[in-house]
Amino acid sequence: MVQGVAATLKLSGLAWLQALVIGLLVGALRTLPWRFLRAIGTVYVEFFRNIPLLVHLFFWYFAAPEVLPQAFREWLVEHGVEFWSAVLGLGVYSGARFGEVFRAGIQAVPRALLEASASTGLSTAQDLLKNSSLALTIGVAELTFMTRQVESYTARGLEAVAAGTLIYLVLCLVVAALMGRVERRLAIPGLIARGLSPEG
Amino acid sequence: MDWNVIPDNLGFLLKGLGVTLRLALIAMVLSFALGIIAGIARLARRPWVHLPAVLYIELVRGVPLIMVIFWFYFFIPIITGRPMDNFGSALIAFVVFEGAYMAEIVRAGIQSVPRGQVDAALSTNLTTPQMMRYVILPQALRNMLPSLVTQFIVLFKDTSLAYIIGVIELTRAASIVSQREIRPFELYVFIAMAYWVFAFGLSRLSRLLENRLSHRV
Repeated sequence: MVQGVAATLKLSGLAWLQALVIGLLVGALRTLPWRFLRAIGTVYVEFFRNIPLLVHLFFWYFAAPEVLPQAFREWLVEHGVEFWSAVLGLGVYSGARFGEVFRAGIQAVPRALLEASASTGLSTAQDLLKNSSLALTIGVAELTFMTRQVESYTARGLEAVAAGTLIYLVLCLVVAALMGRVERRLAIPGLIARGLSPEG
Repeated sequence: MDWNVIPDNLGFLLKGLGVTLRLALIAMVLSFALGIIAGIARLARRPWVHLPAVLYIELVRGVPLIMVIFWFYFFIPIITGRPMDNFGSALIAFVVFEGAYMAEIVRAGIQSVPRGQVDAALSTNLTTPQMMRYVILPQALRNMLPSLVTQFIVLFKDTSLAYIIGVIELTRAASIVSQREIRPFELYVFIAMAYWVFAFGLSRLSRLLENRLSHRV
């Protein structure tokens, strides 16, 4: 199960980085004065946001390799295609959501909100962590997968699921606490503490 | 690539879409009802009402949906002593999971109603339940609508997770056909489009509602 936790963290971390890059790019595109570039950003967000994550994962795992050349596909299978499909699927999907967060951040008035949005972008990291549980469907040995594994070895479903749940809860709380610290560090003194909404 | 696989299996895929829509609709109604109860309970002053609601909401929101689906799939037969069908167990998991998110939407909606409305309602001698029912909730509901539609879109997309315990909804239907016909590309592109049409349609609908409601204010 420790292995599963490590895979969950690795998966979330890599996907988070990818989503951050995509999100920054797309979010910035959507605020540019050129209509064409803005449209590209909008199409990306609307396209990827409206398809379930599970379908994303299946697409990148089952369908996308089909259109690649045979040799490259074999190379992929040897090098852990499940893991990278999961990273790609999670990253592309979360990128669309991060993009919206960054857009809101860039468009809203001054620096204050950019910083606020950075901290919301980070707290979506929690969602990403939880979403990485879906990687089990394509066979990445992350935490949920390992939970199932333990369960089928020991036939103690209840205990395994309870342990898995507890680990997720702890991970989420840790992420929340970390992000809370980031938020406080970036906060304009008094703004968040007073609980003001961005619009004032 | 052979796109004929889609029309050839359309009946089966549409049946899957039907299950997806039914699951989403029933779960939406029930989880909203649960959300209203938990949301109001969280705002209550008495700790024995307030604390269980906080515990429920925070516990569920910290756990992935897939874990909740597994929980009910394994726990319900243990508790009731007899097996339950996949659809029912998925439905319960969705209601419990989404209920926590709905509760937060309801809470935000209620808190967005100006304090003066509460004072005004209480001064006309309404009881607290009456005040909630006739004064606060109608106004809160209007403020909640955009988030509610968004949550419904999320729920609609999440129903694809019922796949994991073998409910033959759209994703499971596509994967069954894809395994039989060995045409993953066509099938997964097709269901991606199908999900997209519904989710995007809903998000436009929410924009429309938002505009109409904001004119009336």
